[in-house]
Amino acid sequence: MTKTEKIQRLAELTAGQESTSGASLWKEAARRLRSSKMALIGGAIILLFLIVAVIGPWIAPFSPTAQTWRDEVFANQGKFVNPRAENWFGLDHLGRDLFSRFLVGARQTLLVGVISTLIGLIVGALIGGISGAAATLGGDAGRRVDSVVMRFIDMMLALPSLLLAVSVAAVMGQSLTTVMIAVGVVQVPIFARLLRGSMLAQGGADYVLAARALGIRKRRIVLTQIVPNSLSPVIVQCTLTLATAIIEAAALSYLGLGNPDPAVPEWGVMLSTAQRFFDNAPLMAVFPAVGIIITALGFTLLGEAMREALDPKLRG
Amino acid sequence: MLRLVARRLLQLIPTLLGLSVLLFVWLNRLPGGPASAILGERATDAEVARINRLLGLDQPLYVQYWRFLKRIVELDLGTSVQTGQPVWDEFTLRFPATVELSLLAMLIAVVVGVPLGYLAAKRRGGWLDVSAVSGSLIGICIPVFFLALLLKQVFAVHLGWFPSYGRLSTGLNATEVTGFATLDGLLTGEFDATWDAIMHLVLPAVALASIPLAVIVRMTRASVLEVLGEDYVRTAESKGLHPKVVRGRHVLRNALLPVITAVGLLTGSLLSGAVLTESVFSFNGIGQFIRTAIDGRDYPVLVGFIMFIAMTYVLINLLVDLAYSLIDPRVRVH
Amino acid sequence: MPLLSVDELTVTFTGAHGRRTNRAVDGVSFQVDQGQVVGLVGESGCGKSVTSLALMGLLPSKGVELGGRADLEGEAGKPQNLLTMSRSKLRDLRGRKMAMIFQDPLSSLNPVIPIGVQVTEILERHRGLKGEAARKRAAELLDRVGIPDPRRRLKEFPHQLSGGMRQRAMIAMAVACAPELLIADEPTTALDVTIQAQILELLKELVDQEGTALLMITHDLGVVAGLCDQVNVLYAGRVVESAARRELFAHPSHPYANGLLGSIPRLDAPRGEPLTPVRGSINDRIAWADGCAFAPRCDRYELDCLGGAPGLREPRAAGHQVRCVHPVLHGNGETDDLRTEEVPA
Repeated sequence: MTKTEKIQRLAELTAGQESTSGASLWKEAARRLRSSKMALIGGAIILLFLIVAVIGPWIAPFSPTAQTWRDEVFANQGKFVNPRAENWFGLDHLGRDLFSRFLVGARQTLLVGVISTLIGLIVGALIGGISGAAATLGGDAGRRVDSVVMRFIDMMLALPSLLLAVSVAAVMGQSLTTVMIAVGVVQVPIFARLLRGSMLAQGGADYVLAARALGIRKRRIVLTQIVPNSLSPVIVQCTLTLATAIIEAAALSYLGLGNPDPAVPEWGVMLSTAQRFFDNAPLMAVFPAVGIIITALGFTLLGEAMREALDPKLRG
Repeated sequence: MLRLVARRLLQLIPTLLGLSVLLFVWLNRLPGGPASAILGERATDAEVARINRLLGLDQPLYVQYWRFLKRIVELDLGTSVQTGQPVWDEFTLRFPATVELSLLAMLIAVVVGVPLGYLAAKRRGGWLDVSAVSGSLIGICIPVFFLALLLKQVFAVHLGWFPSYGRLSTGLNATEVTGFATLDGLLTGEFDATWDAIMHLVLPAVALASIPLAVIVRMTRASVLEVLGEDYVRTAESKGLHPKVVRGRHVLRNALLPVITAVGLLTGSLLSGAVLTESVFSFNGIGQFIRTAIDGRDYPVLVGFIMFIAMTYVLINLLVDLAYSLIDPRVRVH
Repeated sequence: MPLLSVDELTVTFTGAHGRRTNRAVDGVSFQVDQGQVVGLVGESGCGKSVTSLALMGLLPSKGVELGGRADLEGEAGKPQNLLTMSRSKLRDLRGRKMAMIFQDPLSSLNPVIPIGVQVTEILERHRGLKGEAARKRAAELLDRVGIPDPRRRLKEFPHQLSGGMRQRAMIAMAVACAPELLIADEPTTALDVTIQAQILELLKELVDQEGTALLMITHDLGVVAGLCDQVNVLYAGRVVESAARRELFAHPSHPYANGLLGSIPRLDAPRGEPLTPVRGSINDRIAWADGCAFAPRCDRYELDCLGGAPGLREPRAAGHQVRCVHPVLHGNGETDDLRTEEVPA
């Protein structure tokens, strides 16, 4: 009965036991994300959407702007063309192929979503980050800066998102850029509040106190400790915002503030154009609407699944 | 309590002041400025200068701002370019319609959303939970105006269950007392008018309720799930209390706290939604008026509306905070 | 017959979605007599809290499997198995025949309901007291547990009370219906040291005067030494040593219990003598089915510790049970000479 034998037997038996010592937050979150049905469906939808957005303009069977079947559609008489072998989604009021417009429009929709989210994220995170850093480590002066900035953010939040967007659009005129900026501006206060709140929560954590006690410079603490640990809600919000942005852009189009350029079909614009002919050609509205709903749903599902995966309260 | 109200009201002042600065800057940045908005785009320079002098636009900016502010405080929001009527009068005329619509929408959202969210949490993972959660996710993803359009097409145009536009049927001769169509009927005894007004409200209110409903369902569900895991619920159970008491006194009461806050924050999106739904149903409220103001670049109306909405939003949230402090004793002390 | 008799209690968390099952309590047996104070001692994760929740029927019904028996003496002296009892019958017992005091009084009291209501609701449930009668009794109870100005306190909310007062209020609720069995799950852990002593004093007084039996769940050997008649040491979901308090403190025979006592500072130890910690953590263990769960952390481990769980033996004295193949038998020149002296009271 040697000593090594004793240790070996024990090691074999201990190995059979489940280890409760944890994986890192991100690893654990990734594992839970993979096993989440919501994330799976959302991811699949987004993937499909991305593929269509990227290759859509190349695989579109017809030109999205050519009024090829102009003589078959008489919108003012309520005569439309429904889906058929040649035109899978039918024709719009000007005799254009709706399927081609749908494919090309996916890319525009994606662009509007991504760019307006980026605008909201960058500006909002900058404001929120400065405010949060000032509040956590800036002393009294920092807290004053923070409170002024937050008043401003509260003010922006007091405006209904649509009106904020309308105001921006009114100043900038009607264009795709306007829509992106208008939708992005609406997201600014949301991102700013989120990052600041998250940083404030982290700023009070013991590890920040420990870092300060070690004499690490404040700027370094903010950049290497507080910000990385505050990012997860922001990442979740980004995903959710992609959905909101696409829906808000559609609403702006409905209010007549969308992109007026007929050469660039976009789902929101297509939908708001189609609603005028809803009585006679409901399908014309249904295709872009379903496109918007499914895409928004994809981002929402993924965002929600990420939120659940990252929620420490739900771990274990 | 009074001190809390006073302090919160004082806090409003800087917010509204800031907003007025923002709006003033915005007005000045508008392409062409008010002169071209009044005269149209083909106005000559001389005419523009005359109007500018008339409106005091040749004065230094701070003087202009001061006047702007004074007018807002006096509730003189200018004259609508579209109708030629004072903006304030236009609002007060249409305000009751929007209030009615928003209240009904919020009522639907709360009355349906809270029990649904609660049941979903209680039967977590069951079919009710799964359908409530997926339903609310889809609800958030449907553009409000498309939902309104769809409801109108199906229930008004095809099935004919509800009227498809307006606040009251055209043939109806209802006496107006308060401007609230449903209330007026009750006050004057014209119950058919009340019924008619309610029928007109149903579809727009349902469309408008979609987003608040979706948010409230998920919020209630998440909140109830959290509270169910709290220690004090276990304590209540350890006393052998009846499940009804545990649910009502210990779970729901605590779980509703975040939902109350959400209701306040949702008013913003409700008003955005009102602009869209009212215009789909030609429902003559503020929302539809704004829609036409956007089309007609009626800036005095837009400025007035934004100021008005911001104030409403802030006041509603003040009320919500007060309600919250009544329910949660922890807030009261501070 | 004993008031409570727990026999081979097992609690298994099955986990959702076919995840690995986890047996938190793995065959715990102990008894509590009328008026007796029994300690359930062990480190975090040893299953002591789960045991108490299982007895109270407070574990979730989904994802948990219970095994064994837990018999509480019934009205006519007939034992009733708490584990198989219907939910409504169990609810009838809870708060009336057995009550529980929780660890953190702040989170265990409802923050938005006045203390008074939280006391009267239990009186209303089990005693049928309502309105002023209930409030009067509640005030008496608060007074009984040493809360000054009880009438005013009834209207206050938990956050307005200090930590010690909150725990007193919690105790008032637990004893409101004069239960025969009180289960206290780490009742002093969340409190300041000075308050801890007061709360323990109060518990002791209540137990002495009312003749209530107390099941004390704790990781704190000081609490055990001051309060308990009988002590059960838990490790990895099983009782590894069970003895009367003096016997256990004088002759801890399981290497784990021995290690626990060796790891706390003692006033009567010679200066400069180092404390000897128990190495490793509760995660370093093997399944009881394979042998002694403590073996990986044990200095006395030999190959014959493996191959099935060791049974309970009485190597020293009758009633002093030890689950160990190689128990520490004092007087062998082991680390025991100090412990033969007077036990701290």
